[in-house]
Parts: sequence; structure tokens; C-alpha cells
Amino acid sequence: MKQTIAEKIISRHAGKSVKAGDVVIVRVDGVMATDATAPFAIKALRKMGGKRLWDSTRVSLVIDHASPAPNETVANLHKMMRDFALEMGCRLYDVGEGICHQVMVENGHVRPGDLFLGADSHSTTYGAINAFGIGVGSTDLAAAMLTGKTWLKVPKTIQIVLQGELRRGVTVKDVMLFLINKIGAEGAHYQAVEFTGETVRSLSLASRMVLANLSAEMGAKASLVDPSGLELWYPFEPVYPDPEAEYVRKLTFDVSSLRPQIAKPHSPENIVPIDEVLGTKIHYAFIGSCTNARLEDLHAAARVLNGKKIASDVRLIIAPASKNVLNEALQDGTIQILSAAGATFITSGCGPCVGSHLGIPGDGEVVISSANRNFRGRMGNPKAFVYLASPAVVAASALAGEIAEPD
Amino acid sequence: MAPTAHVYLVDNLDTDRIIPGKYTKTLDLSTLAAHVLEDIDPKFSGEVQPGDFLVAGNNFGCGSSREQAALALKAAGIAVVIAKSFARIFYRNAINIGLPVMEVDHNIQPGDSISVNLESGLVINYTKHETYHAAPLPPQMMNILREGGLVNYLLKYGDYV
Repeated sequence: MKQTIAEKIISRHAGKSVKAGDVVIVRVDGVMATDATAPFAIKALRKMGGKRLWDSTRVSLVIDHASPAPNETVANLHKMMRDFALEMGCRLYDVGEGICHQVMVENGHVRPGDLFLGADSHSTTYGAINAFGIGVGSTDLAAAMLTGKTWLKVPKTIQIVLQGELRRGVTVKDVMLFLINKIGAEGAHYQAVEFTGETVRSLSLASRMVLANLSAEMGAKASLVDPSGLELWYPFEPVYPDPEAEYVRKLTFDVSSLRPQIAKPHSPENIVPIDEVLGTKIHYAFIGSCTNARLEDLHAAARVLNGKKIASDVRLIIAPASKNVLNEALQDGTIQILSAAGATFITSGCGPCVGSHLGIPGDGEVVISSANRNFRGRMGNPKAFVYLASPAVVAASALAGEIAEPD
Repeated sequence: MAPTAHVYLVDNLDTDRIIPGKYTKTLDLSTLAAHVLEDIDPKFSGEVQPGDFLVAGNNFGCGSSREQAALALKAAGIAVVIAKSFARIFYRNAINIGLPVMEVDHNIQPGDSISVNLESGLVINYTKHETYHAAPLPPQMMNILREGGLVNYLLKYGDYV
């Protein structure tokens, strides 16, 4: 039988050959929960009678959503996670270690060919390294912590072929915003997405993570990026789709003439080319989130801001994706450039993207953000207006005080 | 009194609007219930009665995987969520915590009087004299819902069966 990447990885974990539409019980290679989802997962595990984990070396908890704790309630939830990790012997990434998906990939807790469960909707990110990553809620996660298994329906796959070289100043973030609009917030409902094509094969790991990450905004269950050209720091056996694999849709896009794209308030599918919003006054610029806060994103911002100062009436807040990213950016001078330009750095973590603690915008304020969602109230204030863009566009806008394109 | 159908026909009603992230960092279900849907209808949490229905459009519960969205609706007293379609993670979460969900191609408007039969999957709209049939749950989900959620399911079986 000819299989997609999703069908191949699920087959290996189901112990039998599967095809789209089959409902199967699969073993998982690892699970992860954050401070937004772990507390309820721990509670559910206890109620399930769980005294121990199926394999504590394959369970990771990450404190990233409200980190460090903004109040005593959250502080006690964090403490609950630390106590649980100590009791069960599982891994805990504490305050400042970074955003869960970045930390999982950087530390090799998820690897090519894996089937990995994350109690976070952006767990599609693991498709960047050829793993089948799916987002679940707390109770599903608890069940997997206990049994090492989950159940799932094998998804159909949409194949997206990207061709052409991106113009200067245009990134995969722009490609994904464009695609979310074309395919829709529900366009990949219950389906997996495979990305391939010449544009994809030359992408860095960080850029591949943007593709896989933002697939969640199309409703995708999982996202699998063609492993051709994927470079990791450890040896791996890539999983390719069969040439005759069956796809529910095949879409080809030439991205060579694409302009930077912007998501207007209040939906990630509300996309326009930057030209339609140039000059929109902004108050607040944010570079962060599991979508765009990696080293190449900070480099893109630093190229725009090198030797310059951001507008006096704008605040630029940056939350690097992880401590590793922060340290690398310190060593190569990127942080110094950004700080000199007026950026404020906050703890590596989800930060203002989820509106849980820091960097909440005021009523009527306009934000330009490198994150992934601009739902009303997402950043903590339903009366704010959030635009999504690439890190370079966010930096250029911080400089100009209005939505602007990098030179 | 017959249960009220609270109707929000907007598509893509995301979990950030069902329960904003700033309220999710808690284990207290009454806090979740107090703020459920407040960004789209500040009156909802005060008006909802135990046993009421929530009716929505397409892709209900998209976005964040927060189970707190399903928990908040259940804690507020919602007996069943009826939507034209559900985002995948919300749908699983709801079943897992024992909140019934029905995927129904419906024509329900605010103010319509409806009744719901979970067993048969039938929704009756008395105002419009229409009936709608829910898409059946996959057998795996039916088994979990029959036990009242995934916690009880695992307590009973000890593993996926």
C-alpha cells in the first residue's frame, strides 16, 4: 500500500499497516504538557488512579505560559508541577528554559519518525523534524502519561507544494499567513498537511518549524514537512511519503512574487498584503512565541534595527524562544544590537502571545506581533487590536511607529 | 422550565473567546464558569441555567488546546454543545470530560425552542418545525462518553481497549 508520511508513522506505532480513516490505538514516543495544561492533566491522572507514569523518561513538563508566576495561584500551580516531577521522576523545564516546542526539539525529546503528544495546540510544530506531533487536551495527555498510548483517527493528507524563491524581505511566515487565508481556518480540519517542493527543501530548521507550527491555524491535526534538506545535529532516518501516496488535495503555489503578508484583527485568516495596511499607527511591537522567536528571527529583527532607535512612542518587547536562543543571541551580539535599538527583553516563554501575564495591551492600542493568533482578547485585552507579521516587519514597524516594510 | 438554547452563530468561535487565557491558570471550576464566553457575551455566565444548550456555527472551539474551554462550559451548566462542526481538540476534550457534543447541520436561530435526544442524536427545532440528525460518534468516543469521560473509562478498563 502506498502511504503518506502520516500513514507511515502511525502504522509503525499501531503495529499494523493503516490508511486514512482507520481508527487505531497507538503507542506514543513522548508526551509534553505546559503550565496551561499540566495542572488539569495531573489532576486527571490522579483521578484515573495513576500512581506512576508509563515511562518517566518520556514525559516532559514545561513552565512557559505564565512564567515566571504572576501571582500566588499560578505560583502554586507551578509548585504542583515541580512536586509532581519530583515524585514521578519526569523531566521539568522550569522558568526561563523556553517555549515547550522549542525545548522539546532543541533537547531531542522528539525525533524524526516519532509520534508525539503535546498538550498544546501548536504541537504540529514537530512535523518540522519529520515527527507526527498532535495537540491534545489535559485528559488525553493524562491518559497517555499513564498508558503510553492514545487513540486516533488516521488523517487524510493535503499536499502543499511550494515553488520559487522568496523575495528579499519575505519569509515563510508570510507564506503561511498567505496559505491560512487561501485554505481557511478550518480548511485542513481533521487532516494532516504535507509540505514539499523546492522552496521547502532549502529551508532552515527554524523556518520549517514556522511552516509546521502555523498549520494549526488551518485546523490541521498534524503537519509534516518534507525531510529532504533537513539538517539535525544527530543521525536520523527520514520518513518520506510513497510517490503514489493518496492525497485528499494537492495544492501548488509559486511563492516567488509573494509580498509580506499581515493578519488583521481579529483572526489569523484575515490576511492582506502589507501594502493595504502600510502606515497603520502602532503602539506596541512584540517578537516572540513558538512561531517566530528563534535565532534567525532575532537576526532578522537585528538587521532592520542595527544602529537605529525604535519610535519614541512604541514599545518593543522580545521573548526569545528559549534560553539557548537567548545565549546564542548574546554571544553573537544580536541582543546588544536589539537592546541598543530600544528593545525590552522578557523571560523566554510564551509571554504576551497568550495574555496570561506580561505585556498586555491597553484599550484601543494597536499591536504588531510575530506570534500566531490575534483572536479578540488573545493578548489579554479584548479592546486591543493585534496584527500578525514576520519578525522583520515587526521590527521595521517598531522603527517607524507604524506598519512598515523592511528596506 | 424548558432549557434555553444559547445561540452564537459565528464560525470559528475560538477557545480564547470561550475562556480567555488570563483565567485558565486555575484548578477552580467556578472561576472558569464565571468568565466563560465573557468577551463575546458578558451576560452569558449570569443567565445560563443548568441543563441549557449552547448552539454554534462551524469550527467551534478552534485554537488553543485548553481543556478549560470545555470545563468552563460544563461548569456553567451547559448540558450539550450543538455546532455545525467542531475543532478537533475541543471535540476530544469535551468527550473526555463528559460534556456531550453534537455535530449537527442545523438552522437554529436565537430564540428558537429546541429539544435534544443524546441517545438518538436527534435535535428538534419546535419554532421552525425542523429536525436535525447528529453525526454519529466514532465507536472509540462513544465508549468513552458512555463511561462519562476518559477518567472513568480508564478507571474501568485500566487501558485503551
